[in-house]
Amino acid sequence: MAAKEKIREFINSFGWPRLIIAGFLFLLFVIAPLGGVSITQSISDVLARFGQNSIMVLAMVPMIHSGCGLNFGLPVGIIAGLLGGTLSMQLGFTGPMSFLAAVLIATFFGVIFGWAYGVLLNKVKGGEMMIATYVGYAIVSFMCMMWLLLPYSNPQMVWGYKGRGLRTTISTEGYYLHILSDFLQIKIGNLVIPTGSLLFFAFFAFLIWAFLHTKKGTAMTAVGSNPVFARASGINVNSTRTLSVIMSTVLGAIGILAYQQSFGFIQLYMGPFYMALPAVSAILIGGASVNKATISNVIIGTLLYQGIVTMTPSVMNSIVHTDMSEVIRIIVSNGMILYALTRKTEAAK
Amino acid sequence: MKKSFSIKTFVQDNLVPIIFIVIGIIGIIYSGFSFTAIANEMMTRLARNSFLVISLLIPIMAGMGLNFGMTLGAMAGQIGLIFITEWGVVGIPGMILAAIISTPLSILLGYVCGKILNMAKGREMVTSYIIGFFVNGVYQLVVLFLMGVVIPIKSDILLPRGYGIRNTVNLIGIRKCLDNLIPLKIAGVSIPVATFLVIFALCIFIIWFRKTKLGQDMRAVSQDMEVARSSGIRVEETRIMSIIISTVLAGYGMIIYLQNMGTLNTYNSHNQIGMFSAAALLVGGASVSKANIKNVFLGVVLFHLMFYVSPYAGKNLIGEAQLGEYFRVFISYGVITLSLVLYELKKKREKEESGKKLAAMQKEEK
Repeated sequence: MAAKEKIREFINSFGWPRLIIAGFLFLLFVIAPLGGVSITQSISDVLARFGQNSIMVLAMVPMIHSGCGLNFGLPVGIIAGLLGGTLSMQLGFTGPMSFLAAVLIATFFGVIFGWAYGVLLNKVKGGEMMIATYVGYAIVSFMCMMWLLLPYSNPQMVWGYKGRGLRTTISTEGYYLHILSDFLQIKIGNLVIPTGSLLFFAFFAFLIWAFLHTKKGTAMTAVGSNPVFARASGINVNSTRTLSVIMSTVLGAIGILAYQQSFGFIQLYMGPFYMALPAVSAILIGGASVNKATISNVIIGTLLYQGIVTMTPSVMNSIVHTDMSEVIRIIVSNGMILYALTRKTEAAK
Repeated sequence: MKKSFSIKTFVQDNLVPIIFIVIGIIGIIYSGFSFTAIANEMMTRLARNSFLVISLLIPIMAGMGLNFGMTLGAMAGQIGLIFITEWGVVGIPGMILAAIISTPLSILLGYVCGKILNMAKGREMVTSYIIGFFVNGVYQLVVLFLMGVVIPIKSDILLPRGYGIRNTVNLIGIRKCLDNLIPLKIAGVSIPVATFLVIFALCIFIIWFRKTKLGQDMRAVSQDMEVARSSGIRVEETRIMSIIISTVLAGYGMIIYLQNMGTLNTYNSHNQIGMFSAAALLVGGASVSKANIKNVFLGVVLFHLMFYVSPYAGKNLIGEAQLGEYFRVFISYGVITLSLVLYELKKKREKEESGKKLAAMQKEEK
């Protein structure tokens, strides 16, 4: 009887959706060997993708804490990151230096964009998520024009026959390709652990965790959970919210650089368009809600989401010989966002 | 109180249409099109898109904002079209049959959508937006994997592998059948009279609907849900009704849209519809809380004028058509962003004003 209670308690605290998705992933790992899919190879893939995406998922945390909701405007940060990456290459940095320069330039643009974006979101309290979505789309399509017009001249980046206008995809080879993932990389047979990427994520995750425990960080949580109370206790609500948006934007900018170094390409133009949705659903799968998120939500969520994204195509292909993975991904990730949007978390304020 | 006309408030209230008129004029000048060419194109696009845009009006009336879930209706309409192509029903009967097939699907999807939106009061727009993505996944599951296996499809619209519908379905059987039903040409401009008659009938329906009990209820719900509830209106059901009507109309709108286009891009046609329709409505001077039929027609003309001329203008102005194409995408998203921001600002201002009024009243009582 007691065991039953305990199980129920565990399920309630873990949350049904997270449990179902974890169970599904577990099932995929169990049946993978039947189709001849290597488990160690799969785990390596999941870890690599974790390194690629985790910082962009982490970028959700500050804005959720300050009550700005899910950051559908992640492309704002991504654009800052793209500017950092392309400018670093244009300025002639190579090797590890190019990554450092890219991070610095991206942070610079991230702060400016984040500030403007934060000021805008302060004016539209209550409607942040819808407006964030469209701010993201607007800036991506605006930058599409800029990528054509800005005077980039590095021959590895511009269209060969015209000599101007950036290419749709730019290889990071010779610049910062695998700069993090190859750092202290551990190889055990088939299993590859991209230690550098994981450490890079751990560094930022620790920063955010530590920040949330400082006075400013506690103030941010207070603004998110009860703005009226926060104002009464002397916290400047607007500037706290702006700070959170700047943090999210800078993390988004650095996140896309971490993605590019592992993925190998800078994707411009419409590339960043739909990048917010996977990050949003990853943190929700990890158990976050519209106004509550922790670092463990980020880690669990990214592992589960990327696990499903990696495992479904390979397992499905080898067993039923049809690739339904894209459909499953769309249904699971958007279903998760819907679930979070309809939960009555607002009442708990 | 008599309202005096002032230029400042006029510009403030009509900022978006004014910007578009300016862009449109510049675009026309630099694109180098003749008047007839533009008039022809606008007439086609007006007939093609108006029905879809009108389907957005009723949820706005019920205070639920822009119904991005109209893509659900579009998908239902497309399923109807897939079936009539399979069965080889052509012409007007084909269109009517497609509409009949789409109706129960739209009602079901609209009901589910309305139910979900009732659970997410206050953030209907973003929720309806995500519902669109979610149902797109379900649609792909049905059309790409179940059609041909569970749902019998035999003709060559099926992929060679034996299940799933091809990427493009040729709608030759119903291409322009409504547009060309009553042909009319004035000064080189062809006018699809029959399509406009259908749109006109829909406008009459909307105007009549506003005056019915349900229409009045919807307006009450949009004003204040609690007040409406206490005066005996069933708020939840009313909101669901508004979404169902919108979804059904969007399904018919999609069928009209695709009979004009002549081909169905099975997996893409519906994706952009919600965004383009919302943008067109907002360009016409509507806001998230207030929209009428006038906004629809003005918006479709202005938005599609910009959409049509900008690649050519971009080519002539800077020598790059691609730039014009990105420009029009940017403008579509930019205008939605701008309208959403203006709407939130206005809501905030009104809240402050009513707060001040309340404070003043309390002072007087003292």
